[in-house]
Amino acid sequence: MTYVKPMFRHPDAPVNGLGHTRQVYEGGLSTLCAGCGHDSISAAIIDACFELSIEPHRVAKLSGIGCSSKTPAYFLSGSHSFNSVHGRMPSVATGANLANRDLIYIGVSGDGDTASIGLGQFSHVVRRNLNMTYLVENNGCYGLTKGQDSATMDSGSRNKKGDLNQYSPIDLARLAIEIGATFVGRSFSGDKQQLIPLIKAAISHRGFALLDVVSPCVTFNNHADSTKSYEHMRQVNAPMPVDFVPMREEITASYDAGNTCEVCMHDGSVVRLYKHDNDYDIEDRQSALQAAHHYASEGKILTGLLYIERDSEELHDVLDTSRRPLNSMDEKQLCPGSRLLDSINAGLR
Amino acid sequence: MQPKASVNDFVIKFANVNGTGSASANGMFAKAIFRMGIPVSPRNIFPSNIQGMPTWYEVRVSEYGYLGRRGGTDIMVCVNPQSMQRDVAEVDAGGYFIYDSTKPLDLRLVRKDIHYIGIPFTEICLREYTDARQRLLFKNVIYVGALAALLNIDFGILKDLVSEQFKGKEKLITPNVYALELGYQYASSNFDCPVPMHLEPGHSVGKHIGDFENILMDGNTAIALGAVYAGATVAAWYPITPSTSVIDAFDKYCRRLRIDPGTGKKNYAIVQAEDELSAMGMVIGACWNGARAFTATSGPGVSLMSEFLGLAYFAEVPAVLVDVQRAGPSTGMPTRTQQSDVLMAAYASHGDTKHVMLFPGTPAECFSMTLDAFDLAERLQTPVIIMSDLELGMNECMSPPLEFDDERRYDRGKVLDADALDDMTERWGRYLDVDGDGIPYRTYPGAHPSKGSYFTRGSSKDEYAAYTEDGAAYVRNMDRLLKKFETAKSLVPPPKIKQADAETTMGAVFFGTTASPAYEATEILAKEGIHLDTMRIRSFPFNEDVEEFIETHDRVFIIEQNRDGQMRRLMLNETKVHMKDKLVAILEYDGLPITALKIASMIRNYVLGGNITPIHGLETTEDVAS
Repeated sequence: MTYVKPMFRHPDAPVNGLGHTRQVYEGGLSTLCAGCGHDSISAAIIDACFELSIEPHRVAKLSGIGCSSKTPAYFLSGSHSFNSVHGRMPSVATGANLANRDLIYIGVSGDGDTASIGLGQFSHVVRRNLNMTYLVENNGCYGLTKGQDSATMDSGSRNKKGDLNQYSPIDLARLAIEIGATFVGRSFSGDKQQLIPLIKAAISHRGFALLDVVSPCVTFNNHADSTKSYEHMRQVNAPMPVDFVPMREEITASYDAGNTCEVCMHDGSVVRLYKHDNDYDIEDRQSALQAAHHYASEGKILTGLLYIERDSEELHDVLDTSRRPLNSMDEKQLCPGSRLLDSINAGLR
Repeated sequence: MQPKASVNDFVIKFANVNGTGSASANGMFAKAIFRMGIPVSPRNIFPSNIQGMPTWYEVRVSEYGYLGRRGGTDIMVCVNPQSMQRDVAEVDAGGYFIYDSTKPLDLRLVRKDIHYIGIPFTEICLREYTDARQRLLFKNVIYVGALAALLNIDFGILKDLVSEQFKGKEKLITPNVYALELGYQYASSNFDCPVPMHLEPGHSVGKHIGDFENILMDGNTAIALGAVYAGATVAAWYPITPSTSVIDAFDKYCRRLRIDPGTGKKNYAIVQAEDELSAMGMVIGACWNGARAFTATSGPGVSLMSEFLGLAYFAEVPAVLVDVQRAGPSTGMPTRTQQSDVLMAAYASHGDTKHVMLFPGTPAECFSMTLDAFDLAERLQTPVIIMSDLELGMNECMSPPLEFDDERRYDRGKVLDADALDDMTERWGRYLDVDGDGIPYRTYPGAHPSKGSYFTRGSSKDEYAAYTEDGAAYVRNMDRLLKKFETAKSLVPPPKIKQADAETTMGAVFFGTTASPAYEATEILAKEGIHLDTMRIRSFPFNEDVEEFIETHDRVFIIEQNRDGQMRRLMLNETKVHMKDKLVAILEYDGLPITALKIASMIRNYVLGGNITPIHGLETTEDVAS
């Protein structure tokens, strides 16, 4: 196999609001295993950014270490990217965002990167409500080091060697809701219909948006006794379909079953949801936690937009930073000058 | 024994209980002497504790302007019965012991060779105040008043200082001045004032201070002001002694100087991170994105930041790190000073890494080197570590005033903006050495709609930032990083070299807070005929002046405050010195600032040869007694 990505695209490929084809949003050729769920997520990110008509250079991609963290190389090659150190992407994203609040920040992480080595930083970036989209490509194992169990592996699931996991799993979506996340979605890499609108909604959300995406590891965690396999996910997934309607577009429903509810986002976009349960209020933390827990207790995985808090204060609001990005300021705004220093000196005599 | 006599030359020590408000009274005492125009250097010797433990405040008065620790105690002001026994023992023969005479002195504590001055502080407080808190607080002010009489402190200056301290709380001025007077009256009516060891204004020579108008400030505040002036907009940090006050001061000055006049919003962001790892991650993220960012920590924090320092080194992201060193290893002695992070900072992180370090010696230099640190970090696209320590960072130090040239512009380094990217005819490579100095060109995220994006990573990459496992490309990159480090030699502050008054083949090398006592020690030794040229190291990597100094001397004493002679080892590693024995370690690492007398004694013993007395730090070092 040659690692050259074919450059030919259909001459009549559709263009978005910026006149860009989908190709503009693509990245380098993936080096992940054939059939890896992560590649589907990269494709969904490409579709979401294309459909949202985002200028690629206004996006900053960030990641930690692991299979998932390699993926920013496979989408949006026109964006700057920072592949940092294991489990520490949240802090790098925080610093980057503080420096320039005008970019769109997309972080990609894995379950090892987020739920084990990076659980501390993950929790704190949630608490700070940093304005970013944080995608966890969750496969329940360490792929790049050949299949060790991760902290999101369900108890009762077996790894490829046949070892039973007896440790309690960390449910990142529920954890995030518990500690104050303002947007929490869960999805499945194999459900493009649901994933793309969720990514669009997450990017449009002002504040911290977590997407915990179950993404099977075809090489190490896709066997019969795994609860993160394609097969298992197709059986237990309880999806709440999601539509995302960008600001100023006509709202047309593509689903009609179930209970619908519409959430108007900060920028005027609308997320339309189709819920199974009438009592479940996705703008109520307690209700969201109960619903996720309820499905889990029945061996199911509730996917869709699990919780949203609109109009929350993101980190810049809390810090009361200037609207103008800090990285665009120079001596004029930042340096008080020698006369003031003279008066400071005088106060120290 | 006759009481010691001297004018403007003594060491006075206050033995207090921490958490009793003694710090502000003691600070007022030192500042009053400073205002009298007499060189003074106060030091807190404090416990890692908030309330109830013994704490000391040592003030050196030196009309020659020696600001380092001298060693010894001439006057002890004992306000803490807990530590009285050791405090009595510490006073030099002929010295003074000022104590609370409300209760009679324990006869076991009476020495024949020192002079006792009993003042019933508690009794005065019980008589004058009914409130327990007031009794505690005013006791401190009363002893300062008594010292004003005993040592001849200008009472008017003390009154001014009280007024300044309570600006905005004017109701407190009169009672504080009254408390000063209580002490003053008692001392002047019961003792022959001033005592033979005292102050006289206008008497000082102060040759080491120079003619300029000095200021009195701590190094941490100076670094914070440096960061404000350098245009730092993002500060991420995690609380740790002794660096916390860097960020406290940065916050204080930003609230005053960095509020946007139009919108009232903040032109800065300070985040208290969840740990030092995160703090450094935030700094790197912000610097990657084109802001100037920094963090301040101490040794334990640098340990945690090491992985990120390696990333910044290898991915070539600027970062400024302030390391206010304390006594290690591990938790060590958190409130004691040391210079023991030198090697760790120089090579922080796994793999082949080297970092630029700056070694400030005064608050003025803390300020100027912080300005330099941001320029250097961006020029070199690498972390720059400012190596301060507790002694400099947390004590009020006399210093030349802070200086800033309004013509100075931030050196943002090699950054391509949208126009520069458009003007380029050749292909841009993020890690391509175009200019032959090892420093490539970088871009900020979002700078251009279609050019200049790249993948920043801690993994190996080629000149165009593409991931590579090709050994040759890896080596090219590592060698370029080395070339960049060579370039750094011409950019960092050079050492300060002073020739001895007489021809000599011996030299002394020191840095940071070792400088003051080391200069004093060389003067003590010069009077004995032992002459030393001196070199104060101000940065790493070492430039050719450093090489030459070592090359041209037969014996070089490396004076530093750690057990292993870390600067010496760094010099052996990073210079072309062949003779290991040429560099002699002069070490002190008990956590208290190194003293001039000890340095002089260690060098004297070495030079005179053979009869080396067992001064600790000396006998444990393999390379000393050659």
